[in-house]
Amino acid sequence: MTLIDLANPTRFLALTARVLPWLAAATIILLAIGLYQSATAPDDYQQGATVKIMFIHVPNAWLSMFVWGVMSLASLGTLVWRHPLADVAAKAAAPIGAAFTFLALLTGSLWGRPMWGTYWEWDARLTSVLILFLMYLGLMALWRAVDDPSRAARAAAVLTLVGAINLPIIKFSVDWWNTLHQPASVMRMGGSSLDRSFLIPLLVMAIAFTLLFVTLHIAAMRNEILRRRVRSLQMMQASRVAFSGEVGASKEVGATS
Amino acid sequence: MSALSALIRRDIRIALRVGGGALIGVLFFLTVVVLMPFAVGPDLALLSRLGPAILWLGALLASLLTLDRLFMADHEDGSLDLITMSRTPLELACAAKALAHWLAAGLPLIVATPVLGLLLNLDMVATGAVALTLLAGTPALTFTGMIGAALAVTLHRGGLLMAVLVLPLSIPVLIFGVAASQAVIVGPMTFGAPFSILCALSLVSLVVGPFAAAASLKHGLD
Repeated sequence: MTLIDLANPTRFLALTARVLPWLAAATIILLAIGLYQSATAPDDYQQGATVKIMFIHVPNAWLSMFVWGVMSLASLGTLVWRHPLADVAAKAAAPIGAAFTFLALLTGSLWGRPMWGTYWEWDARLTSVLILFLMYLGLMALWRAVDDPSRAARAAAVLTLVGAINLPIIKFSVDWWNTLHQPASVMRMGGSSLDRSFLIPLLVMAIAFTLLFVTLHIAAMRNEILRRRVRSLQMMQASRVAFSGEVGASKEVGATS
Repeated sequence: MSALSALIRRDIRIALRVGGGALIGVLFFLTVVVLMPFAVGPDLALLSRLGPAILWLGALLASLLTLDRLFMADHEDGSLDLITMSRTPLELACAAKALAHWLAAGLPLIVATPVLGLLLNLDMVATGAVALTLLAGTPALTFTGMIGAALAVTLHRGGLLMAVLVLPLSIPVLIFGVAASQAVIVGPMTFGAPFSILCALSLVSLVVGPFAAAASLKHGLD
C-alpha cells in the first residue's frame, strides 16, 4: 500500500471508512485520559490553577504549526507529483488549522488575563501566532475566491509553500522586534524546566490533539471528495438538460419549416 | 539578455505613459501621509516621532496598490502569454518585470520621501535614514508582492485578495525598515544590524519571488 494506491478516490473512501471509526475511538480515549490527567495535575506554585490552560493551549499551538507543515507536504504533492488527492488534503486542512490557531490564540489570551493582567500582550509568541492565523484566513479566502477547485489548488499550493518559507522569517523578525519593545516584566515560559507531573499530561494531550486532527482531516477529505462528486454530477445534469433543450428546440424549428 | 532589457524598457515606458499609472502610487503616498496629521493631530513632536513609521506604512501601501498592474495589463492584451511561451526563462522574465516595476513605481516613492519628511517634521538625518531604508527595503516589497500579483492574475481576482495574501508576508520588511530608521533617530541600537537584515530580506525575496511567481504563472495560466 503506497501513497499512489490512494490516488483512486473510491479506494481512499473505502479504506478510510474502515480506519476512521478506530481513529475516532483512539482520539476519544486519549482525550479522556489526557483531560483527566490534566484535571488532576497539581497546581503551579506561582500560577495556581491557571496553569491547566497550558494543557489545552500548547497542543493547539503545536498543531497550528503542524497543520501548515501537512499543507506544505500536500502542496508539494499537488505541484510536483500531481497527486489527485493532494489538493483535497490541502484544502481540507486549512479550516482545521485555522481553528486550532484560533483556539491557541483564545486560550493564550485567556491565560494572559490572570498572568499579565491583560487579554492581549504584544508578546512575540502571541504575535507570530496571530500572523499565522491571518495567513490561514488568507489561504481560505484564496480557496473560496475561485470556483474551479483544480485552479485554486495550484495557486493555493504556491502560496502555502511561500508561506512555509516565510513563516520562520516572520517568527524571527517578530522575536527580534519584541525584544526591542517588550518591557522585561513579562512572564517567560519556562523551556524544559517542566516538572514530570505537568509533562506527562501535556504529552498525552499533544498526542490526543494530533489524533484529533488526523481524524478530522480524513473526515474533511472524505467530505471534500463527496462534495466534488456532487458538483460534477450536478454539472453533468445541467449540461444534459441544456443539451436536450437545444435538441428539442432544433426539432421544433425543423417541424415548422 | 537583450530580450530582458527590452522587456524592462518596454515595461517602464508603459508604466510612465498615459494609462500606466505608476505615478499614482506617489500621489497615494502623499495623500496617506497628509491624512496622518488629521488622525493623530498636528502635534509636530509626535509627528516627528511617528514619522518613520508613517512613511514606511505609506510606502508599503503605495507599492501594494500599484502591484496588481504588474501582470494584469499584460494578461489582458495577451502579451503575458507571449512572455510565458518565449525562450527566455519565465523566472528571469518575472524578475525583469519586477525590476522594471520597482524602477517605475518604487523609486519615485523614495524620491518623494524627503518632501514628505518635511511635512512630518523630520530632520535631514532622519529623512536620509528613512530614504535609505526604503531604498533597501522596497525591492523586497515588490518581489514578494509579485507572488501575490501572479496569483491574482491566474485567478482573475485582484485588489483585496492580493492585499490580504501579501501584507502578512511583508511584516519582516516593515519591522526591520522602521527599526533601522528609528535606530538613527533615537538610538540606542546601531543602524548596521537591522539595516543589513533588511538588505538580506531584499536579497532573499529577489530569489524566492521570481521562482514562486513563475511557478504560479506556469501552473495557473491556461
